[in-house]
Amino acid sequence: MSAKKETLGKTVGVVIAVCLVCSVIVSTAAVSLRSQQEANAKLDKQTNILESAGLLEAGQSKEQIAATYADRVQEKFVDLETGEYVEKDADYDMYKAARNPDESIKPVPDTAGILRRPNVASVYLISNPDGEVTRIVLPINGSGLWNLMYAMLAVDSDGNTVRELVYYDQKETPGLGGEVQNPEWKAKWDGKKLYKNGEVAIDVTKGANANDPYEVDALSGATLTSNGVQNTLDYWLGENGFGPYLKNQPWKS
Amino acid sequence: MADTKEMKKVLFGPILDNNPIALQILGVCSALAVTTKLETALVMSLALTAVTAFSNLFISMIRSQIPSSVRIIVQMTIIASLVIVVDQILKAYSYEISKQLSVFVGLIITNCIVMGRAEAFAMKSPPFISFLDGIGNGLGYSFVLIVIGTIKELFGFGTILGFEILPLIQNGGWYQGNGLLILPFSSFFLIGGLIWFIRTIKPEQVEPKE
Repeated sequence: MSAKKETLGKTVGVVIAVCLVCSVIVSTAAVSLRSQQEANAKLDKQTNILESAGLLEAGQSKEQIAATYADRVQEKFVDLETGEYVEKDADYDMYKAARNPDESIKPVPDTAGILRRPNVASVYLISNPDGEVTRIVLPINGSGLWNLMYAMLAVDSDGNTVRELVYYDQKETPGLGGEVQNPEWKAKWDGKKLYKNGEVAIDVTKGANANDPYEVDALSGATLTSNGVQNTLDYWLGENGFGPYLKNQPWKS
Repeated sequence: MADTKEMKKVLFGPILDNNPIALQILGVCSALAVTTKLETALVMSLALTAVTAFSNLFISMIRSQIPSSVRIIVQMTIIASLVIVVDQILKAYSYEISKQLSVFVGLIITNCIVMGRAEAFAMKSPPFISFLDGIGNGLGYSFVLIVIGTIKELFGFGTILGFEILPLIQNGGWYQGNGLLILPFSSFFLIGGLIWFIRTIKPEQVEPKE
């Protein structure tokens, strides 16, 4: 290494030049790809909602998914305190709001391990081609073994019968807790009932009786994940979650 | 300009003769984490090969300008920028896989293979041969990841790239998936076994007894 390379001016010059070139490259990539990334994230969300709505068919193109979503899904916002609809901007994100102290509360006791709960949650109303609401898709989350698990719970318009429970974001152990995404386990939720005499009665338990509408078989080898699913449902279906909304059933009026 | 023979050596040598994971034991942590499914292993291999090749190319192009007192940080800046670009591209064109790879794309920055090649090769060699060296080492890394990913996915899930090869009992077949193989640390055994295998067919890689 020759001495002339080592002058302070040259060193600073080279470093600044490298930094400038690199930052231009990085910002160009970030800016030029942003719209594509946002489209992906949006499509991903719509796909999850359509899956829980039972409207997703294998091999659908992006355009078909977007078209079905626009046609059959309506996003509404619910004040969890009262269970009534409120107005929000279309780009409102309940999980972002949960991080803002002005728009969220700290659940006491925090049985689902979510730390903060937004005051206003999104719900997705699925209607049949005649415009009649057939399913309600509720976004729920709660702690599993390793991290928060995010799911969409689809219930019939009676507000009590489960159709789908789709976990779309979770970090559970693959093959054990990760089996919350196994189609066979997901199929067990179809037709289960959530409430008995107004109380949350759905039970994720070992050796469940498949004919009992209140019991769902727990995942083998994943007790803590199964408990997480149970706690998530207990919290979000209870008084502090979607309980008032499912009782009021404002989608019928 | 290097002759064809040397180019071949630089490009294909790292696959078996001088494999970055198996011989130099570099870049093992990402090899443990992303090999549960072959698909993620493939994408990770591609990402790392691209980053190593281009970081070698750019660093070699400006190697005579880089002051030696700050050379590591300059190399880091170039590598980090390339990794961010790769991460952005994955998010835009391969969203599902980028979700599965999560932090491991970002961690290419700290992958010793990239740093190691930049420092050991690109700082001393002309751009084109450095570029080939980057691809070669990327191929060596990919070779290990693909072997481990195939074994783990086949015996852990009974599938290859998502296609069912060994039907699992859960899905009405006869094969009981190996639960150990789907956990990241099982790669320790597999990489160890692979190193043993390579050194058995290539005894010159065995270190002399001290």
